[in-house]
Amino acid sequence: MPAEVRVPISSDADVVTARAQGRTLAAQLPFSATELTLIATAISEVARNIVLYAPRGEVVLRLTREEGREGIVVTARDEGPGIEDVALALQDHFSTGQGSGLGLPGARRLMDEFELESGPSGTTVTMRKWASRRA
Amino acid sequence: MRVPILKQRDYLIASIQSALSDEDLLQLRDDLVEQTGRYRSRGAIVDVTVLDVIDSFAVRTLRAVAHMISLRGAETVIVGIQPEVAFAMVQLGLNLEGVHTALDLEEGLALLSRGTEEPGDGAS
Repeated sequence: MPAEVRVPISSDADVVTARAQGRTLAAQLPFSATELTLIATAISEVARNIVLYAPRGEVVLRLTREEGREGIVVTARDEGPGIEDVALALQDHFSTGQGSGLGLPGARRLMDEFELESGPSGTTVTMRKWASRRA
Repeated sequence: MRVPILKQRDYLIASIQSALSDEDLLQLRDDLVEQTGRYRSRGAIVDVTVLDVIDSFAVRTLRAVAHMISLRGAETVIVGIQPEVAFAMVQLGLNLEGVHTALDLEEGLALLSRGTEEPGDGAS
């Protein structure tokens, strides 16, 4: 399996590329068709967040194997101004204006694990989904 | 990529052919709203069968399309939402409340012609 795929994000077209690459990479693991769609949709939400709130960023997609299970790790990184109140940003329907307020909390529901770190030099979202069936 | 919009009798059919960027979706919205007036259409169908992702932005745009077209005096039906996509939309907390949906193009056309051929609810 390839080590990782990096997709630079600076426009809305890159959002489409990131989710397509994520789906292709995840398809190497025994994910169901529904799980692949959940992963692609979650990638779309975090990649769009970069386009909406930061000048640029990247989405890094990586397959991982830990303790006998396999999964995909999605890291979305940007150099934006950071999120002032992370807890608030993860609440449904909260938005500072341009979004629907369902992107980040929605992405969290679609994946198995979700971490968000934010500071003045940018925001990093890391999320994982594990393939439920054994390879 | 611009979505082709076909005109069939009183209806417009937007047949999405590939994944759409946010800009493509906004273009589709504007084209449909404009052509509804130009062709005096009574309904529009948006066929999303090929979309493998319908995220929060796409849902918001589809709702806006339906709302704008209804303000122009016509109806909108979204057809072809795939089962996995429907599952993801529910998980995301997204809905298309207030927007007509149908299984496929045929059902969508049937829904529109029921809505536009009957003189009104009180007729039967």
